Amino acid sequence: MRSLFRKILTTGRVAQPAPARASDQAADPGVLRGSVQIRHVDAGSCNGCELEIASAFGPVYDAERYGARLVASPRHADVLLVTGPVTRNMEDPLRKAFEATPAPKRVVAVGDCAHNCGVFAGGYGVVGTVGDIVPVDVEIRGCPPEPDVIVAALRDLTGR
Amino acid sequence: MTPGAMAGVLLQVVLLIAVAPYVVGVMRQVRARLEGRAGAGIGQPWRDLRKQLAKEAISPEGSSWVFTAAPVVLLASTLVIAAVGPFISTASPLDRVADLFAVVALLLLGTVALALAGLDTGTAFGGMGASREITVAALAEPTILLVGFALSARVDSSNLAAIVDRIQDNPAQVLSPASVLAAVALAVVVVAEAGRLPVDNPSTHLELTMIHEAMVLEYSGRDLATIELAAALRLTVLLGLWANLFLPWGVATSASPSALGIGAAVFVGKVAILAVALATAEVFMAKLRLFRVPELLAGSFLFGVLAVSSSFFLA
Amino acid sequence: MNLVAQALLGGTVFALAGAVGAALTGPRVRAVVAGVSTSVCGAGGLLAGIALVDGQTYSATVPGLLPLGTAAVAGDALSGVFVALVGAVAVIAGIYSIGYTSPGSPLDHGPGSGAGSRTVQAVLPLFVTTMVWVPIAGNVTTFLVLWELMALTSLVLVLAEHRARPQVRTAAAWYASMTHAGFVAILLALVLFSSQVGGDSFAALRVGAAELPTTLRSLIFLLALVGFGSKAGIVPLHVWLPRAHPEAPSHVSALMSAAMVTLGLYGILRVGFDLLGGGQRWWWVLVLAAGAVSALYGVLQASVAVDLKRLLGYSTTENMGLIFMGVGAAGIFAADGDRPLATLLLAASVLHAINHTGFKTLLFLGAGSVLRSTGLRNLDSLGGLVSRMPITTALFGVGALAAAALPPGNGFVSEWLLLQGLIHSLPAAGSPSVLIAVAMPLAVGVVALTAGLGVATFVKAFGVGFLARPRSMAAGNAIESPVSMRAAMALAATGCAALAIVPAIVGPTLNRVAATFPTVCDGAPLQGGVTLQLTRIAGSMSPLLILCGLFAAALVIVVTLRIAGRGLPRRKALVWGCGGTRLDPRMEYTATSFAEPLTRVFDDVLAPEQDIDVTHHAESRYLIESVQYRQKVADRVEVALYPPLLGAATGWGRLAGRMQNGSVHRYLAFGLVGLIIVLVVVGVTS
Repeated sequence: MRSLFRKILTTGRVAQPAPARASDQAADPGVLRGSVQIRHVDAGSCNGCELEIASAFGPVYDAERYGARLVASPRHADVLLVTGPVTRNMEDPLRKAFEATPAPKRVVAVGDCAHNCGVFAGGYGVVGTVGDIVPVDVEIRGCPPEPDVIVAALRDLTGR
Repeated sequence: MTPGAMAGVLLQVVLLIAVAPYVVGVMRQVRARLEGRAGAGIGQPWRDLRKQLAKEAISPEGSSWVFTAAPVVLLASTLVIAAVGPFISTASPLDRVADLFAVVALLLLGTVALALAGLDTGTAFGGMGASREITVAALAEPTILLVGFALSARVDSSNLAAIVDRIQDNPAQVLSPASVLAAVALAVVVVAEAGRLPVDNPSTHLELTMIHEAMVLEYSGRDLATIELAAALRLTVLLGLWANLFLPWGVATSASPSALGIGAAVFVGKVAILAVALATAEVFMAKLRLFRVPELLAGSFLFGVLAVSSSFFLA
Repeated sequence: MNLVAQALLGGTVFALAGAVGAALTGPRVRAVVAGVSTSVCGAGGLLAGIALVDGQTYSATVPGLLPLGTAAVAGDALSGVFVALVGAVAVIAGIYSIGYTSPGSPLDHGPGSGAGSRTVQAVLPLFVTTMVWVPIAGNVTTFLVLWELMALTSLVLVLAEHRARPQVRTAAAWYASMTHAGFVAILLALVLFSSQVGGDSFAALRVGAAELPTTLRSLIFLLALVGFGSKAGIVPLHVWLPRAHPEAPSHVSALMSAAMVTLGLYGILRVGFDLLGGGQRWWWVLVLAAGAVSALYGVLQASVAVDLKRLLGYSTTENMGLIFMGVGAAGIFAADGDRPLATLLLAASVLHAINHTGFKTLLFLGAGSVLRSTGLRNLDSLGGLVSRMPITTALFGVGALAAAALPPGNGFVSEWLLLQGLIHSLPAAGSPSVLIAVAMPLAVGVVALTAGLGVATFVKAFGVGFLARPRSMAAGNAIESPVSMRAAMALAATGCAALAIVPAIVGPTLNRVAATFPTVCDGAPLQGGVTLQLTRIAGSMSPLLILCGLFAAALVIVVTLRIAGRGLPRRKALVWGCGGTRLDPRMEYTATSFAEPLTRVFDDVLAPEQDIDVTHHAESRYLIESVQYRQKVADRVEVALYPPLLGAATGWGRLAGRMQNGSVHRYLAFGLVGLIIVLVVVGVTS
């Protein structure tokens, strides 16, 4: 316990200072102003995007400071954070997760695969892009997208 | 019941409702800072509540009126406690309505309502959460009542205001063995009832380790807002009760506006300090395995027995 | 002839007429005749009981009615409470039985079987009659005869469904032997008592008790405790209760579990506090300990029970345990001279007995409705009744709330009183005796753990049994019960609600009961009104205002949500199955899985038997074809305590059998030897 305490004291704050918001395309966040709860759905990703999402919510980028929070159930969520091309086995669960989310809700497609299936396009197990299955509101491009980009997109949703 | 006293009760309820989400916010913020994060700010739980209130509520198919009524019962039972407890004043006209045992029973009523709702969803996780929550509540009950026994034995009354008044009159009582032992025992129970570490992890995303969260997995929108407000209010009420039973200074003893004002300010201060302390302690703790929790509660039961015995023999 | 006599005799005449009528009519009419006459007899009892509590007295003697002596009746306020309780249950059970036993239910296995058969329907009013008269009995002979008649009639009723289920016979055998063992103990106690005092009437016993030597009084009390304790289902004499109560038809279960067990309490109060006038402190320590063990053991077994009616049976043991704890503590304080506290504890016990009668009636009738509609008692197969039997579900919920001792249920009020009595055990000045300092904290711990586990028990019973989706076809096809059954349950629920909201209505009753024990109690323990205020002890609580507060808060919340929700409608959606396919009802939590953590925490006490069978594939032992898991929680007291006793009894029986070989010579020899022994004894003693 003492070593942990010392570590807390010596480490201090690791979160990067919040970058200024690029407020050019800021649409009105509406109901979701200041608070966005997110359910992450891996529809068939290679786990590259997951690593970046994990670090976006880690101490350094700390997306939680903008009011975004990961939750355990789509019933609690406002946003579905979908990664990867949609595979055959995840098509139905993705639809169900969308159906289970209370309105108003947004879908954020993370990564190039969610946009155009990336290198998996045409694969025998791939059904299509996220947009083919559920209506997508925000797309975050990149393979994988950097945490900065993910955080910026989430900030547009929360308006903070 | 005089208008002044009524205003005091109303002030207490409104203050508790206003403060409760901030208590959760403070705890999350303290935790975030100790983890090197920036944190979402102490107002985040209020922002979450405001948003959830404007979202649609979903009832799972096959569930009944129990599912819709449970959040209301949970919050209503907590509000009754917020109205009758001596949080900012012991001169409350409602003190005679419910004593310590009634308050404990009302807390349990809320737990039961939510557990029934968890079972009503018919999901494996709902049932699991209900089963675990009820097990923990059932095993925490003896400790609470023994602590109540220890506290009320020398006062000769189980009415909360009487207990608080008595300690205010005899400050040396705070350091009596009975009081210290009871404080330790009740602290463990407060942690267990409020679903904090090491009994339950309120921020877990892993269903298999959940207790409280597993029961509310099906709730959304305004139902969820009700439950989250109730959970925050229960935490505040428990912290406030603990603070006023063992450190009662500053609690108003009359219903005059100045006394109520001081009482309110002191109450907010005490709860804030306790919240910071609890959050700091949580950083150093891991969640206990579910089947170690009964051992923890048995330990607190032992403290309760010791508290009662010492109130008999050493007072 | 005053009101008490008129009501009692009128009810009895009706019951006898009903018994004859039921024996002579066809199944459909029979159900109505038996039900109505039972109800009328119960109403007579209720009226007589209220009159007795109200201060009327009734005593009469009829010489020559009984073969061994005079039949005498004498009623006071204590009798009144129990007569009224039995009467109230009988009114409700009678109405209920009209629907429950009428032909056409899924439980009906053809003519002449089950709860609707001629014998059972004719005996039902007789059973109620004997129960109504037991507390009125005014001398030993009358009491014993009525007590035995009550046991015999209830035994017939327990056996009602023996054709359909063989386990009914085992249960009845247990019941018959246990109740007769208890009867022998009571017989010995009362006969010993009256022979030493030299009088048969209770009045004579009361007067003569003071002159008896202490050891004799203790012996009488112990025998009475065993006898009445076995009727009340006190551990370790409870074994018959969780067998017989579930196997009886449900209205009979209600009569037995709500009314008959409380007569065990009546016996203890009558003999211990009234006839013996209080007595030794250690008697009551024993009662307190027996109560504590019963409460804990009963609630532990109930919390892991899977059979709904068995669960309710164990819950009866638990509640009788709590009541005995209150009585024991009252006796201890009375012996110590703290009579106001004894009065409070006694009032708490009697109030809990009243409340228990109310909610246990309701719960057994609710379980009976489920059983009649689905044929199921196993909670693991139930569920989903909330949409199929909405009224039964809501009414069972009222009972479960009360039984879990949560506000705003009636069970909470009496447990609160009991706790108040226990925590005020500390004397205002000076340090308490060691016994009280050790016993009272433990007692509070036991009450608290019992309350906690009671909550778990009834969350399980209600949540698993009635909510969510049905776990079997039978539960899915459930239909709501006939109107008479619903009306009966609604009546019981109304009683529970009245007791819960304005417990002050029974305040005067409790005060009068306390006044019947001048050597034990002192003063009135309770002040009525909206707030329940204890006299001479600082303590108050207002169930009515708590309920009002809950309602007001709920109203504010609902209105606020309506406004804040901006008219967004509630949506029905599929259960979130983590993205999986539709959730199967088999994936729901069952009663067994709900109680699993408790089973594990208390496995040293419960000793569950677990059995896992793994079947491997024929081709490879690495592949598993099926896994079977069985868990059984046996009654450990029964398993550990009774086989040796039964073995000994069987051994004695064999020995006796060897003496009986059917030869006339041998019996003549026995007669001769017996005569010689008698003559020798007479010669030596005179």
